[in-house]
Amino acid sequence: MWKFTLRRTLIMIPQIIVLSLLIFVLAQLMPGDALSGQIGPDVDPERLDEIREEMGWNDPWYEQYASWMGGVVKGDLGDSFRFKMPVSELIGQRMVNTFWLSVATLILTYLIAIPLGIASGRYNDTWRDQLITGYTYVGFATPLFIFALVMLWIFGFKLGWFPTSGSITPGLEPGTFEYLMSKIYHLILPALSMALITTYSTIQYLRNEIVDTKHKDFILTARAKGASESRVYNRHILRNSLLPIAAFFGFEITGLIGGSIFIENIFGYPGMGQLLVESITLRDYTVLTATTLLFGVASILGALLSDIILSIVDPRIRIK
Amino acid sequence: MSEKLLEIKNLKTSFRIKDDYHAAVDNLSLTVNKNEVLAIVGESGCGKSALAFSIMGLHTRAKIDGDILFKDKNIAKMSSSEFNKVRGKDIGMIFQDPLTSLNPLMEVGEQIGETLYLHNKNMSKTDRRERVLDLLNKVGIPRAEHVINQFPHELSGGMRQRVMIAMAIANKPELLIADEPTTALDVTIQSQILDLINKLKDDMDSGIILITHDLGVVAEMADRVAVMYAGEIVEIADVKTLFENPLHPYTRSLLNSVPNANSEQEKLHVIQGIVPSLQNLPREGCRFSTRIPWIDQAAHEEHPTLKEVAPGHHVRCTCYKHFSFPDESKEEQHVLS
Repeated sequence: MWKFTLRRTLIMIPQIIVLSLLIFVLAQLMPGDALSGQIGPDVDPERLDEIREEMGWNDPWYEQYASWMGGVVKGDLGDSFRFKMPVSELIGQRMVNTFWLSVATLILTYLIAIPLGIASGRYNDTWRDQLITGYTYVGFATPLFIFALVMLWIFGFKLGWFPTSGSITPGLEPGTFEYLMSKIYHLILPALSMALITTYSTIQYLRNEIVDTKHKDFILTARAKGASESRVYNRHILRNSLLPIAAFFGFEITGLIGGSIFIENIFGYPGMGQLLVESITLRDYTVLTATTLLFGVASILGALLSDIILSIVDPRIRIK
Repeated sequence: MSEKLLEIKNLKTSFRIKDDYHAAVDNLSLTVNKNEVLAIVGESGCGKSALAFSIMGLHTRAKIDGDILFKDKNIAKMSSSEFNKVRGKDIGMIFQDPLTSLNPLMEVGEQIGETLYLHNKNMSKTDRRERVLDLLNKVGIPRAEHVINQFPHELSGGMRQRVMIAMAIANKPELLIADEPTTALDVTIQSQILDLINKLKDDMDSGIILITHDLGVVAEMADRVAVMYAGEIVEIADVKTLFENPLHPYTRSLLNSVPNANSEQEKLHVIQGIVPSLQNLPREGCRFSTRIPWIDQAAHEEHPTLKEVAPGHHVRCTCYKHFSFPDESKEEQHVLS
């Protein structure tokens, strides 16, 4: 078990190196730089070139990459050109916000997906199943950003049930109960909007697993033992069907990253997704590479987490 | 006369295909006595497994008519909660494929223990473990203390089938249904498993229904044999009679298709055609007639029934009186036509 985890963790190192290389090169390939927007009548273009030279932007890419990576390893992600502060500081609070948004979304996703998936799979090809499958098709077809806007319009503006932007009511003292409640209150609508749309894949996946497991031979064995229908479902079908869902968890995280970019921008939620889009429009390379790298690492960690969970629940892939 | 354990009366198991129900087991009556091995033989698709599943109530989408009396209680009419007290306890079943019939995510001991737990919820965990170890030893699994915590994928096919058997006999059932227990195993393992079942039979004195298409297995294991074709029993007799004096053309064809190491047969007998599918089954007349077309139609009964030709020996249809293999005596056929 520990050997497996360690081995699996070590594989991450080359993955992260390749990822960082790709991100860095792609950012370099983007047209313009942080200074190209500064051109104006009172700016001397020659001075800009001097700054570029000073900053080392004219060095070969591998030298720039090496100095960037050297910093990253030490936890120094560079300084933001626009916010004039260290990127790590800039990201800090936003990362926490995005983390909680993701956790809330995941919880809601599973809260919706597991009961619906089970109902759909257990009573497959009945009206219940068709209703749930219908919902998943709608979820599949609806673009997240449109749906989020509609949710925001209805529940934020028309009904006024939820705040329309931010992650906290200003003026609250961190650590108090009100502060926590306000955080949760700000989370619910964006998380729910995302969960309602992205949960379709988990529902469908769980449904198919259950329908598949239902017809396996060992289910007959369980029935032949005299197990009641509910025991057959809870003990044999469900456990064997949830296994691939655990494997799916890592992909869920990857999907979440894409979703949070839309959601945070629509709901004005100060998280990493919002920062990413801002940094692209502002050509804030250090922030851009740092956020993309962190998102990439999150995906890799998600996959790692899936593998570890799977190795815990599925005895067949435990490596001795 | 031995005691009746299971009595099946006019059992009809039908499956729905499109809008019609088609019987896979058609109006079948059968008894199994205490302490006997009844073998059910026939080709694939003739309803053997459908019959076994009907007894165990494992069909989810089939229509079942008729009565199945187990110790004078009609298990076919029981509610599922009542029936769950019987199956796994008084009736055990061994399935065909031990590779897929065990839950891949459950330890072997837990799976056997579940059978015990379901029928005796008061048994303590340590007692249950003791009993499981006992069962594992009984079915000849070495290093039971180790195997009890293993998963099915860590065991060989033969070991898994032993686990299946341990599970089926855990509550000392009075009736054991073995649905082709050796088909998925290789030959050396097959004989070990059969020996094991034979040994257990003597220990438990329960009735066994052995479903197989292997006549060698039948000769070795069975007390009585029922030959099934297209959902019906065409011949039933004790094992000695059946092998020495088979009457029904289907039984004779089956026996003739077994390769024999001693005789210098030139060509193995092949039964023409295949078992007709459920929708295309000729429900009227002799169902086997299409596969022995050289026999005159007049030889068949209009509505064939099982008739006792000797004590305990029943044969369906009259065609057996006129049957011969095409390459045998040509004269006999001439006389008929």
